[in-house]
Amino acid sequence: MKPKAADVPLLQTVHLSREIKAKKIVADLNVSVEQGTLLAVVGPSGSGKSSFLRLLNRLDEPTAGTVLLGGVDYRTLMPASLRRRVGLVFQTPALFPGTVGDNLQFGPRQRGESIPAAALASLLEEIGLAGYAARDVGRLSGGEAQRVALLRTLVNEPQVLLLDEPTSALDASSELIIEAFLAKIVQQKALACILVTHKLAQASRIAQQILVLEQGKVTLSGPTAEILPCLTNSSTIP
Amino acid sequence: MLNQFFHDPLTLGIVQAVIAALMVLATALLARQQRVFFIREISVAMLRGLVQIVCVGFGLALLLKVPFWLGAFILLGMATIAAQMTAQHAKHLPGVFLISFIGISLGSGLVIGLMTWLGVIEPTLTSLVPVGSMIISSTMRSNSQALERFRAEILAHERQIEAGLALGATPKQITAPYLQATVSASLLPHIDSLQSLGIVWIPGLMTGMVLSGASPIYAALYQFVVMALIVAAARITALVTTTLIRDRLFSPADQLLLHLVER
Repeated sequence: MKPKAADVPLLQTVHLSREIKAKKIVADLNVSVEQGTLLAVVGPSGSGKSSFLRLLNRLDEPTAGTVLLGGVDYRTLMPASLRRRVGLVFQTPALFPGTVGDNLQFGPRQRGESIPAAALASLLEEIGLAGYAARDVGRLSGGEAQRVALLRTLVNEPQVLLLDEPTSALDASSELIIEAFLAKIVQQKALACILVTHKLAQASRIAQQILVLEQGKVTLSGPTAEILPCLTNSSTIP
Repeated sequence: MLNQFFHDPLTLGIVQAVIAALMVLATALLARQQRVFFIREISVAMLRGLVQIVCVGFGLALLLKVPFWLGAFILLGMATIAAQMTAQHAKHLPGVFLISFIGISLGSGLVIGLMTWLGVIEPTLTSLVPVGSMIISSTMRSNSQALERFRAEILAHERQIEAGLALGATPKQITAPYLQATVSASLLPHIDSLQSLGIVWIPGLMTGMVLSGASPIYAALYQFVVMALIVAAARITALVTTTLIRDRLFSPADQLLLHLVER
């Protein structure tokens, strides 16, 4: 019997693997993320966290396995369309030359659309960047650039949001603002969100699920409340 | 002064070539005192250049005796060698010889063909081959500059390119500014040449025409025509080559194949 749409996780990896020169970067990952869920991926440096996100956005090609988006093999989708639906925010924000507004309009413009100025202004205000639309990106701090990169992905209206250490350049108070914003937007827009983070405290604050990666393999996964105690007692805490 | 001692043109030419070579070697020796060592390179380059240009002299003498249609094959041979030479500088790029050959042949072929058809280039081998070779040589330089510049643009903007792809842009969309910058940069030397024409330098073609008795005004106009053709051909080559190499740098799934541009 064919599963109902509601039964199918929005994002599911099936034996997802990537191997480079006989080294397994990501090994046989089987992960599901439902709509409105935030999954935190933790693990030591070089454990394959960022590589995992690149595979999900198909910036890199799996050497085995695949990803299902709403039950559909993502290799059957047009890359541009897939990446619009599965947005990726890099750890280092790579903004395009121009203003903050230009950057936020980038995604919609590729499809011949544009976001009204008032909507952009409202979004900027929500992440603590009110009045920044006309500011040149060369004048932004690292934390501000990181927030613009996050918003640039969100205005593309993805169904899945992939975040690679999105608050690494933020101070503690800005980090809390962004976390609250993320928690709200994941619920509001019923996003499936995967957050790569080094900060267990952050995972505990906003993630419903935690997945621990070591050498490209899943060593632990489950609800945050169950996984956190194991991690705080573990010698391999990231 | 030399022609007072050497009356045979061939002997005079050899003596002039030796004196020119000695002057270049003298500059190399002077540079050596500043710890800039290039005597070996300059000697090899001079010897190679001398042999090649003398061969061309023999070739041009033969041109007076062969049918016109052979000119197309001669130019095709030149385009092939030009593609091979330019491809050697960018061996790491996939399919670079074929791409260079297509770029150079299209750029020079379209311009030479059109101008021959219009009668701007006289339909004689002695006109077609020298003018054609100038255009091919120019497209070769343009091709090399385009390959190197585009590679540098991709490496310098890797993060922006991947960010654009991750936002749903196609390779064509996200590389458009880098392609434009590449084509513009590869044209700069040609535009400089065009702008400085007659002020900073008087090109050899015009000088040769005047020396062989042509009207200086006609020679000047003809030189301008050739320079304009060179710019047109260089632009076509840079555009074709950059577009083709761009397509090779992305996988069918629109993934940037960065290892192809890293040496």
